[in-house]
Amino acid sequence: MINKTAAQMADALAKDETTSVELTQAHLDRIASVDGQVKAFLHVDSEGALAQAKDVDARRAQGEKLSPIAGIPLALKDVLAQKGVPTTAGSKILQGWRPPYDSTVVSKLKDAGVVIMGKTNMDEFAMGSSTENSGYGPTFNPWDLTRTPGGSSGGSAAAVSAFEAPLAVGSDTGGSIRQPAALTGIVGVRPTYGAVSRFGLIAYSSSLDQAGPFGRTVLDTALLHEVMAGHDPKDATSINAPVPAVVAAAKSGDVKGMKIGVIKQLQGEGYQKGVQTRFDESLEVLASLGAEIVEVDCPSFEYALAAYYLIAPSECSSNLARFDAMRYGLRTGDVDGASAEAVMSATRDAGFGREVKRRIILGTYALSSGYYDAYYGSAQKIRTLIIQDYAKAFTKADVLVSPTAPTTAYKIGEKVDDPMAMYLGDVATIPVNLAGICGMSLPAGLADEDNLPVGFQIMAPAMQDQRLYQAGAALEAALLSKWGAPILSKAPELKGAK
Amino acid sequence: MALPTYDEVIAKWDPVLGLEVHVELNTNSKMFCSCATEFGAAPNTQTCPVCLALPGALPVVNEKAIESTILIGLALNCKIAPYSRFARKNYFYPDMPKNFQISQYDEPICFDGYVDVEIETDEGTKQFRIEIERVHMEEDTGKSLHVGGATGRIHGADYSLLDYNRAGIPLVEIVTKIVPGTGKYAPEVAKAYVAELRDILRGLKVSDVKMEQGSLRCDANVSLKPIGSDVLGTRSETKNVNSLRSVERAIRGEMIRHAELLNEGKKVKQETRHFQEDTGLTRSGRSKEQAEDYRYFPDPDLVPVTPAAAWIEELRATLPERPSLRRKRIKEEWNVPDKEMEAMINADVLDIVEATVLLGADPTKARTWWLGEISRIANDQNVAIADLAITPADVAELVALVASGDLTDKLARQVVEGVIAGEGKPSEVVAKRGIKVVNDDGALMAAIEKVCAEQADTAEKVRGGHLPAAGALIGAVMKETKGQADAARVRELLLGHLGHAAN
Repeated sequence: MINKTAAQMADALAKDETTSVELTQAHLDRIASVDGQVKAFLHVDSEGALAQAKDVDARRAQGEKLSPIAGIPLALKDVLAQKGVPTTAGSKILQGWRPPYDSTVVSKLKDAGVVIMGKTNMDEFAMGSSTENSGYGPTFNPWDLTRTPGGSSGGSAAAVSAFEAPLAVGSDTGGSIRQPAALTGIVGVRPTYGAVSRFGLIAYSSSLDQAGPFGRTVLDTALLHEVMAGHDPKDATSINAPVPAVVAAAKSGDVKGMKIGVIKQLQGEGYQKGVQTRFDESLEVLASLGAEIVEVDCPSFEYALAAYYLIAPSECSSNLARFDAMRYGLRTGDVDGASAEAVMSATRDAGFGREVKRRIILGTYALSSGYYDAYYGSAQKIRTLIIQDYAKAFTKADVLVSPTAPTTAYKIGEKVDDPMAMYLGDVATIPVNLAGICGMSLPAGLADEDNLPVGFQIMAPAMQDQRLYQAGAALEAALLSKWGAPILSKAPELKGAK
Repeated sequence: MALPTYDEVIAKWDPVLGLEVHVELNTNSKMFCSCATEFGAAPNTQTCPVCLALPGALPVVNEKAIESTILIGLALNCKIAPYSRFARKNYFYPDMPKNFQISQYDEPICFDGYVDVEIETDEGTKQFRIEIERVHMEEDTGKSLHVGGATGRIHGADYSLLDYNRAGIPLVEIVTKIVPGTGKYAPEVAKAYVAELRDILRGLKVSDVKMEQGSLRCDANVSLKPIGSDVLGTRSETKNVNSLRSVERAIRGEMIRHAELLNEGKKVKQETRHFQEDTGLTRSGRSKEQAEDYRYFPDPDLVPVTPAAAWIEELRATLPERPSLRRKRIKEEWNVPDKEMEAMINADVLDIVEATVLLGADPTKARTWWLGEISRIANDQNVAIADLAITPADVAELVALVASGDLTDKLARQVVEGVIAGEGKPSEVVAKRGIKVVNDDGALMAAIEKVCAEQADTAEKVRGGHLPAAGALIGAVMKETKGQADAARVRELLLGHLGHAAN
């Protein structure tokens, strides 16, 4: 049962072939069996999940009309507040904190009867691309346990890839959903900025953060997307418009006549050969399905990484100021006679990891008086240029495409001491965040040189998320018939698997 | 060198003012969340994930607060920005949960306004124009209570308690441009400005404007320059100025302190100072020599404020009459002497007297009741007049009852007592207490005869022409009739009875 898609599981539930309790238990068993190696979860809430499953089963038995994914188990990135359940954002500074409230995403999941099995590992405060920056140790890529699953939503991606959960929620500030999806051979979507409420999403960079869905198929991802999205009066930046019909788009999956723009700046040099090959092949597949392939020029993308590493640290330096030991979380240095300031400093020193400190310091500097215009101000101008590049490109194409990440999954520890190399891995995903548009990564096959998954990125204008699913589903179906079996069937068996 | 006198200060130095007034709005909910804003609630009972800055919580702007701020801007003759933003002011302090304050920075919602104030000078009434630089929105911080230690300040305290009820209460900051040219009247002008602001805000009903509760707080910037110089001196900023009188005292005190330093050739330090109510002096607070870097940047959690022009005009149309103009109008219409007008303003009874007049009462009578008997009772009970259980309608009714002769002034005072004691409206008090004017001459004569018989000696003196002695007899008759008689009529009848024809 755990090897099926969420849509198939939902179908089985609807036909009374299984129950949510059975389904949830099967996944909890799988977690117990393999998560010792994968380490996707920071916290497994077996009791809560089974109670939720039982409740959904009872509602179904009473003939209540339920959401399409009611009863399906899910893994939740630890960046989202869930009432009463430990929520750490991967940081020691929040160890033991149990939120007294639900994030809007969690409320929506609960209302839809989705069973939340636990909280997944992540780079601390979503700062990182490999999950190695977690305060609780890294997550391992199910394809090769010596490699990273990507990040920052590495735990969620690994959980779905390792069949520990059919669906997962992640968050994407600079590629943190799409890149791990690419590196673990699954589908991940970063919705349009404002499409999914940020209320209860522990902020890294407010103007870039966006929660989104993971699934093993485009349709599964769409089913979760539709449940998570929607206007929320508790988030001032939430879009007050109907949720795009992503499920319908994923079911139609047609690219005939669609114009697909290949971004000149996001391919070629710096991209692993096997990545480029699978990308080019996917383009041919799309062309063969009737899409028109055009090349588009986005000259400002050259500066995207620089802009991102000014804007995100600036916002995070302010967002993370609240972790001060006064009201919740870690508290150290509170010895006799210590001033409040000393306790704050000691706690932040002990509680934050190196990468978080690096970005807080960067951001504090970039916002300081005398440097603001040169750094933060310039970065905002680049942001405007990137928005204009996209706007122009979208006059020539319905969707834009690129490889999701320049390389396949790299070794744990390989880039840990070279932040710049790590940052470069986000070069293709970051422009989407800066422009506030939407993007998807879906598997394009395995790279010839290392037999590891390659991600294909699709980008669409703001509030046109359905286009991602329409193009993604078409490509997915064509590739599936070419391969004869889902890509994850090619992943090695995990030890301890039943 | 001795402290210079005020006259010595102004003979040599020219003060320049700058005033920052913080106003807590009286919205039902906080600036960025739906928590209640009631004053005096038990600590930390009016909090939520947003105003406690729990991880993941987000602010959403209170629209009513924007409306109130626009009203304030319009009343202060400001321009209203079609687009303004909130910024984050970053600094660490335990009473500020997010460790940044959401405030408007370089894009305030209202700007470029003015307020005219009048004060009495040696040359008569003179008007000063205070130019307003900006009116912007921000959120209040929580409150720290430092326990132990000598000063009640954070340094030396044993521990501190934090109450976040106030965290996130909407604040409006009204900042003047520098105010030059007030000369020796600087303290009075500042006081008049804050008083005028208070009246304007009260008229708009956007704030409780209670300085003693902190819903209106004034920071006074003062600097001195040599008379005739164009070069501004170094300023100090005095906080914790919690009454109109303190505004005046604080500025006067700072002028003297600055002058003393400057006379001795010393420098004034640019710093924050705290006004001390008991001594009238200020003491040094945070030094501002090293300007703190607040790392302002637009708050990415909030969207720009873009009030529609039509809405602004709608709000403009609802602006009440300006308090200073209203005072002028009332003074003329009711023909109120200067001293009485001042008394009414000081006692803060203008609204209530006007309401009484609008219900048909004679302005002089209405004023006399509110300023006299009712003020006295309020004083005795140590409560505000507005908090007494007597309404303009009650006083209007009372005035009518006296005018019709149904009550004497003396009886009416008993009725006032009854109304305030909660016995009902004046007519109900009259009925319940059985108060009525004794108009029956027969009953009065019976009382007069009885009193004259009892106090035969006194009566004889009066009969003999010693009229002042009649007072004692009249008093006795009034007592006999339980105060319900019309004293004038008693006098008339008594004198007639004792052989003096009425004249």
